[in-house]
Amino acid sequence: MQMPEPDARVLSRKAEIVARLREVLPADAVIDDEAETRAYECDALTAYRCPPLCAVLPASTEEVSAVLTICHEEGVPVVPRGSGTSLAGGALPTADSVILGVARMNEVLETDYENRFIRVQTGRTNLSVTGAVEEEDFFYAPDPSSQLACAIAGNIAMNSGGAHCLKYGVTTNNLLGVTMVLMDGTVIELGGAHLDPGGLDLLGLVCGSEGQLGVVTEATLRILRKPEGARPVLIAFNSNEVAGECVSDIIKAGVLPVAIEFMDRPCIVACEAFAKAGYPDCEALLIVEVEGSEAEIAEQLGLITQIARRHDPVELREAQDADEAGRIWLGRKSAFGAMGQINDYMCLDGTIPVSALPQVLRRISELSREIGLEVANVFHAGDGNMHPLILFNANQPGELEKCEALGAEILKLCVEVGGCLTGEHGVGIEKRDLMSVQYAPADLEAQMAVKDVFDPGWLLNPAKVFPLAVSEARRAVAAE
Amino acid sequence: MRPETETELAEMIRDASGPLRVRGGGTRAVGRSAGEVLETGAMSGIVLHEPGALTLVAKAGTPLAEIEAALEAEGQRLAFEPMDHRGLLGTDGAPTIGGVAAANVSGPRRVQAGACRDFMLGVRFVDGAGRVVSNGGRVMKNVTGYDLVKLMAGSWGTLGVMTEIAFKVLPKPAATATLVLAGLSPEEAVPVLSQALGSPFDVSGAAHLPEGPKGGPLTLVRIEGFADSVAYRGGRLSELFARHQPVVETDAARGAALWKAVRDVESFHGKPGDVWRISCTPSDAPALAARLGAEALVFDWGGGLIWALLPEGADARDRLGAGFRGHATAVRASGDLPTFQPEPAPVAALSAGLRARFDPKGLLNPGLMA
Repeated sequence: MQMPEPDARVLSRKAEIVARLREVLPADAVIDDEAETRAYECDALTAYRCPPLCAVLPASTEEVSAVLTICHEEGVPVVPRGSGTSLAGGALPTADSVILGVARMNEVLETDYENRFIRVQTGRTNLSVTGAVEEEDFFYAPDPSSQLACAIAGNIAMNSGGAHCLKYGVTTNNLLGVTMVLMDGTVIELGGAHLDPGGLDLLGLVCGSEGQLGVVTEATLRILRKPEGARPVLIAFNSNEVAGECVSDIIKAGVLPVAIEFMDRPCIVACEAFAKAGYPDCEALLIVEVEGSEAEIAEQLGLITQIARRHDPVELREAQDADEAGRIWLGRKSAFGAMGQINDYMCLDGTIPVSALPQVLRRISELSREIGLEVANVFHAGDGNMHPLILFNANQPGELEKCEALGAEILKLCVEVGGCLTGEHGVGIEKRDLMSVQYAPADLEAQMAVKDVFDPGWLLNPAKVFPLAVSEARRAVAAE
Repeated sequence: MRPETETELAEMIRDASGPLRVRGGGTRAVGRSAGEVLETGAMSGIVLHEPGALTLVAKAGTPLAEIEAALEAEGQRLAFEPMDHRGLLGTDGAPTIGGVAAANVSGPRRVQAGACRDFMLGVRFVDGAGRVVSNGGRVMKNVTGYDLVKLMAGSWGTLGVMTEIAFKVLPKPAATATLVLAGLSPEEAVPVLSQALGSPFDVSGAAHLPEGPKGGPLTLVRIEGFADSVAYRGGRLSELFARHQPVVETDAARGAALWKAVRDVESFHGKPGDVWRISCTPSDAPALAARLGAEALVFDWGGGLIWALLPEGADARDRLGAGFRGHATAVRASGDLPTFQPEPAPVAALSAGLRARFDPKGLLNPGLMA
């Protein structure tokens, strides 16, 4: 993965730039020691690493503004960073960039149950937002797998989803307002505790803009009352096609489960070996979860099992108690860890129309055989968001490249059947060069025009999202 | 102008020398705009409807009624419950799906399910320079590049003319029930609505009509789903609000009529005056309403949306006061006040910057939003 050459002028002025940053931040909030900046050399896409010029850890919106003002004046690129859990390289630095980490901004600023919102600093982790409102039986709905570690800042940057977004939507559907600092240090507020303000929907534009339009320091998030209960059912099938049809039939029948998770044989085998969840020996497995009171759960599960039976399942296991529910989820939740035990893996994130599921799974297994790397599939089937995991050995020369080539083929397939490159992880650097597969030049031009307005100098996270060749002219002008 | 294809539309915009008034069905005539009328109605038709994938794609000029009929046939619907502006604005014609999207039109269910913008999965549009742009797609989760779909939703045709829109659709529930509480004041009603929305019973509508269909005030709480579940939740909510002696309306037609009255602000129909739409923090609603001194009011979204009928020329923003944190839109106004709440300078600069990029010649509904 190519990154732009660092700006020699910036590199040569490192001492002056660091000194200016130290004037506006406490001493321990500016990290320029080479050994220490290594902590910021990559995010969860560990195949690519580069220590930044320095890292800063501001503790307030004012400090973020002061940092950005200096970087703007000095022409230094800034890479915002939440918790560094991006699988797409969204927080990967360049040697001439300042990493702006929001980790020290993790306060809850306001909780309002009457109006059902919470206002937090964006360094706060996703799970601890729910943690802050749990005692009143409320929760924050988006639940990315990394929710224990990932920050709200990163969730907003990537418009993160999770297993339960079939019912509750993704970050953009649960974000009411932000305080954001523009690259020139200007602080703006968008939205608030009220819904759908008039005017252009800049809040909707900022969510998912991968830290390229501004640094979001505070967020107002919608919180919801927890349902009375939830219960999963496990349904095993002898073919991917039949499992796919069952998903479609459940949705058509008017049941809206909170989650429909799908695992294929390679994934089931790996999870079983790792977590011993007691999964049946089968080709495809669905975990369908519904919510409500006991009676409501029973009613919905009754309908779902009735539909599932029409498709001749190998096994149908309804959780009788919390313990059994835990075991049904156990394998699924340990899928990534299980894969990590076997091998290095690359996790893809394309979305497809649900109707294309069987066709896409068949083609993926063909591609996997052609290229000679195994692929395990685990994904959110209700919304078509796939997570093919390509297994490879990073220590074997050439395997990473083979893996990336297979990944690219699978993502192109997703676009071909009417889907997209990324459903919830973001483009970052990982899918940057594939953007032209999904979007025509005019489509990318329109998106880049937005960045021109928010960040005319193209200093914020500049080498991400758009293919380097496509954004080159703009970045070159910025470097002048 | 009435282009029949996207290509024709792009040519017309490239060739245009003066302002264009972009119009779908012409039923949502909010704000002032001048120029030659550009109608989208000839770009019409459902392009794709996949019930099992909860997806519908339609050309922008497709009549809303056609889409609703197609969804109805599969037991589905647009969950954001778009309001019909005709009665309020005294317009006629047939609303189009493009108009719904361009104005980000939602209804009572917005408070639970989300707004129109939350259900828009993808758009195609022609910008003010005649460039055809596609963004998003037709799948439910998509974070590939910037979300211009949200930018187009509610942009009132000022950044581009939408030609095709993909929506997430949802199944229609088997049953609906509405708790009706009579005789409450706004100060009493808003906390009730807040309590209902903060309950685990998945309330899909929470409104207060100071002047109900029969004259007296009505407070309404809606639940939807499978029959047994609706009965259960209706029972639990009735217990919760026992002190207000709720009546549970389970008759489908009568329930639907009540929510249509809320959605379309029927109590204002045919009355003179200016109509303001105020988005606010729900618990602020009673105090804000008192400050408005309105001739008529409707509260939706648990208080988060106030419809106010004011005397002609009255400035709702002035009455709401400097400390008001929300948004007031002059939906039907006689004076020359700005239609939309003026934005703080740095935000206004961003909006103006986007307009300059997407509509460099200032052709599309100039002055409508800024």
